Amino acid sequence: MSDDSVREDKTSGNGAPDLGNEPTNGVTTSTIDEIPMGGVPEPGPSSSAGGDDQGSGLTDLPADHSPDDHPPLSPTTGLSNNKMGMWLFLGSECLLFGGLISTYMLYRGRTTSGLGPDQIYDIPFTSVSSFVLLMSSLTMVLAVSAAHRRDERNMKVWLVTTALLGATFVGGQAYEFTSFYREGLGYTTSLFSSSFYTLTGFHGVHVTVGIIMLLALTLMLKNDKVPGHKAEVVELVGLYWHFVDIVWIIIFTLVYLIPS
Amino acid sequence: MTSPTETAQVEPSGHHDSGSFGHEEHHAGLTDMQYVVVAGILAAITGAEVSLTYIDIGALFLPVLLIMMAVKFFTVVLYFMHLKFDAPIYRRLFYIGLGLAVFVYMVALFTFHFFAS
Repeated sequence: MSDDSVREDKTSGNGAPDLGNEPTNGVTTSTIDEIPMGGVPEPGPSSSAGGDDQGSGLTDLPADHSPDDHPPLSPTTGLSNNKMGMWLFLGSECLLFGGLISTYMLYRGRTTSGLGPDQIYDIPFTSVSSFVLLMSSLTMVLAVSAAHRRDERNMKVWLVTTALLGATFVGGQAYEFTSFYREGLGYTTSLFSSSFYTLTGFHGVHVTVGIIMLLALTLMLKNDKVPGHKAEVVELVGLYWHFVDIVWIIIFTLVYLIPS
Repeated sequence: MTSPTETAQVEPSGHHDSGSFGHEEHHAGLTDMQYVVVAGILAAITGAEVSLTYIDIGALFLPVLLIMMAVKFFTVVLYFMHLKFDAPIYRRLFYIGLGLAVFVYMVALFTFHFFAS
């Protein structure tokens, strides 16, 4: 069998490992070579339209093995490069939000016209927003859990629920910003207001990006256009979403609950 | 058909060993009900945090609040983000970023005499 035919067979969807968009390399070949040749061809659970290569020998996986069993792994580390990249990105995001939080901490007392944290924050309202974002983390982890069980229906339901909860949070933030502005706290009113709007605004933008990612992912799942390993893609979006949640855990305590 | 090295990377079960990191890429974690319980605990801690702002506990206020924040933070990181169950390299990547951020900005805050005021 030529290299090209192997490449074609492995993406046939007949139970062969789904290698996504990973480059073909030594380990890829060994993965294919490990699959027993011969035997009775049996289409995998997620067979695709191109099923004309049955009997090629790449279809003889155990009944519980499918292309979605494992994401493509790096030949060097044996881990997912995508996941590693996401964790690196999240590690670097800590530096971004660390900078914004410490800037706010330095300037929180630099107020003008008597509009400081103690005068404008509405703790009960922000507490409800925090609860909503916290619950969105629960729905996100349930979506990831459903993805690993290949329960596509529940996965979509939880993804949309997460997006809705995120939108509720962003809506609450927009309401909060509007009411602060009406009270006279503009972006350039004081160092406190600039650092507050920058910090919470950056977080809000991250939540908005997360919502777009969730909705885009749901649409792609619906149209079956998710590249690579579905459960891994859901997990990566989930990691980003949880990160947005943990940043809010810190902001809620340091910015809202601790008085200036 | 496979070299000994390649065989070591692919277990008979089809699970991929992580090679030099010595851990499997797997999806172990909590059950859905356990996730709900964890979320309930997080919500309870949030409620306690908010309640603290209405109760006068004196000098304990700040440390208790910071401890509760840290508990919530690491609960989400370890359970919802699966760092407790995933390969240690992910944990290291994240904690290096987190540790670097805490170190750099603590130095910045000390430089600006934040804690003195």
